[in-house]
Amino acid sequence: MKTQTVLVSVDSGSVLKGARYYKELFQELVNQYNLDSMVEVLETGSLGIYREGVLVSIFPDGVYYEVCSKDDVEKVVSEHLLKGRAVSALMIDEEIIKKNQPTEEAKTSETRIVLRNVGVIDPLVIEEYIARDGYMALGKVLSAMKPSDVIDILKESALRGRGGAGFPTGKKWEFTAKTDSDVKYILCNADEGEPGTFKDRLIMEGDPHAVIEAMAIAGYSVGASKGYIYIRGEYYGSIDNLNKAIQDAYEWGFLGKNILGTSFSFDLTIRLGAGAYICGEETALIESIEGKPGRPRFKPPYPPVAGLYQKPTVVNNVETFANVPWIILNGAKAFKEIGTPSSSGTKVFTLVGNIRNRGLVEVPMGTSVFDLVYRYGGGLPGGKSLKMVQTGGTAGTFIRPDQLNVKLDYDSAKVGVSIGSGVILVMDEDSCSVEAAKVAMEFFEHESCGKCTPCREGTRMAVSILEGISKGNGKESDLDLLLRISDTMEETAFCGLGQAVAMPLRSIIENFREDFLKHIRKEPCPVCVYEKPKKRKTPA
Amino acid sequence: MVVDQTLEKVKDIIEAVKKEQSLEEGDILINCLHKVQDVYQNFVPSEAAEIVAESLNVPLSKVYEVLTFYTMFSTKTRGTFIIRVCNSLPCHVTGGAKIIETLFEELKVGFGGTTEDGLFTLEKTGCLGLCGVGPVIMINDQFYGNLTPERVVEIIAGYRKKGRAGT
Repeated sequence: MKTQTVLVSVDSGSVLKGARYYKELFQELVNQYNLDSMVEVLETGSLGIYREGVLVSIFPDGVYYEVCSKDDVEKVVSEHLLKGRAVSALMIDEEIIKKNQPTEEAKTSETRIVLRNVGVIDPLVIEEYIARDGYMALGKVLSAMKPSDVIDILKESALRGRGGAGFPTGKKWEFTAKTDSDVKYILCNADEGEPGTFKDRLIMEGDPHAVIEAMAIAGYSVGASKGYIYIRGEYYGSIDNLNKAIQDAYEWGFLGKNILGTSFSFDLTIRLGAGAYICGEETALIESIEGKPGRPRFKPPYPPVAGLYQKPTVVNNVETFANVPWIILNGAKAFKEIGTPSSSGTKVFTLVGNIRNRGLVEVPMGTSVFDLVYRYGGGLPGGKSLKMVQTGGTAGTFIRPDQLNVKLDYDSAKVGVSIGSGVILVMDEDSCSVEAAKVAMEFFEHESCGKCTPCREGTRMAVSILEGISKGNGKESDLDLLLRISDTMEETAFCGLGQAVAMPLRSIIENFREDFLKHIRKEPCPVCVYEKPKKRKTPA
Repeated sequence: MVVDQTLEKVKDIIEAVKKEQSLEEGDILINCLHKVQDVYQNFVPSEAAEIVAESLNVPLSKVYEVLTFYTMFSTKTRGTFIIRVCNSLPCHVTGGAKIIETLFEELKVGFGGTTEDGLFTLEKTGCLGLCGVGPVIMINDQFYGNLTPERVVEIIAGYRKKGRAGT
């Protein structure tokens, strides 16, 4: 046993800042100073905060550093590891770390359920997951619980789907469990495509076994013996970690035939997406696994009754699954004590845009936008003032600074602030509402699958009208037209993608109408970068 | 014959994917196409698509329907390096627009275009899930974050050197 451990936070984000290189450098220097018998250098997942540099923690000292260069690494090794003196210049404010650290007190504001292992264990080593009660929930379920007991616990916990729609997970599982079919499926929706969301990526990269364990539990509960994880083709890091984790789980007997010596068998494999946002819609995802273009199906029947290959299918988001082992081990009551009456448990939020601490935090449901932006996010950088926040992803709502006190949960959409997939996109005074609306609509225009007319044509019209307004060619009646388009899409679009377009479009026009009118009156837009008469050069 | 060897390789790939990952019939088409596309450097030629159709017992028209629906696939030759640039709002508000402009100027092509030397194809993509380090681009399977226009120019120059040395 080595006395000190250096944990380098390695994830897709930090690798870009040289995390792998710093890790090697640490090892090299440790060897050079002959500390290798005492110091171990390991990789871990994301600590949840993004700063300029790479986060490194040293245990048992409990000191956190942010290293930005080779010199920083040298300083930490020669001062801290060799001489035992903390390098205060590189240390990170304890408050920020505390907010992101897992604690034993489940009821305080620093609650980690989903991210309990992320940034703590080496995701590629199954033993580390097991050492933190990993696969214990699966063992408990298989040895001491009936399938219906598991569903009862989930129903009692009131866990709701974390992908954005918030459907009660226990109910979903119950629908499938009650169906009479010899073949059923468990699908994990890891086609994370909502702009600003990267929680699923960090869960899969930092704690892949939690997802695997939960899927096996789901299989047992509903009577399914096959599962798929449908993951974005671009998520290379997650694909690698999950593949390794699945392989290890098979070797340890947590997947495959007769799991843990019981009669329960469960096979799990990965399917890749190929760049289509629409495949995050559950029926489109199912079509894609079947080897077809990802166009949504008509509902009903819903997947719990007729999903993959028309068999009963449970489709849950990565974050939803990651909650399950904790609930099984700690009980529904402990889970319900966290959060709000309508929405129990925690939510992982991704803080992005013009915000100081970009990254993700896991906080109880019911945390206000204000706390997320200022308490956890550290406010806006560069002394800029806040223009607007978009909550819930590109399909979420644009809100004004005076709406920040709304507490986010599945009910907050009723007061015009949606929780969606948990994105908090902060935009400072240099942003322009018209531009933001245009970029959001361009995204939907690009991602519309073309199956139904309201979505295919509605998104296109919205973009062209907004383009006109941004160039100073708009009319006041355009705003009513945009609102009418959003109403039409919400009412008539075939699937969730088209229906969701209404939320951002309507909220930005209603909350920032004056900005639109300014463009229509051709008043110079003081902040809009695109308002210059120069057209963007696009050589043919 | 080089061509024949490659086609043999395609068959091997399909067999391997079938054995390793298939739980149900027909569920491996997209995974196969990913692997086949890797062999042909960023596109799936018609002769390879035919083999996929035959081996998986799927009509060729279905294979093409999939190839043309998903943005990660291409039926036409693309550059050695595919540059995917995120044009979603989180990257946009952290300076993404300037990155896109720089790419247009540097490569002298628009979205979907391939540079004359056949090295780069520029594509726009939705969120890559790296908003913590935006703005972000992806070149083949490598990500680059916290970009500035200067850094983009540097990165492109690096790939240009790499690409020219390779040919």
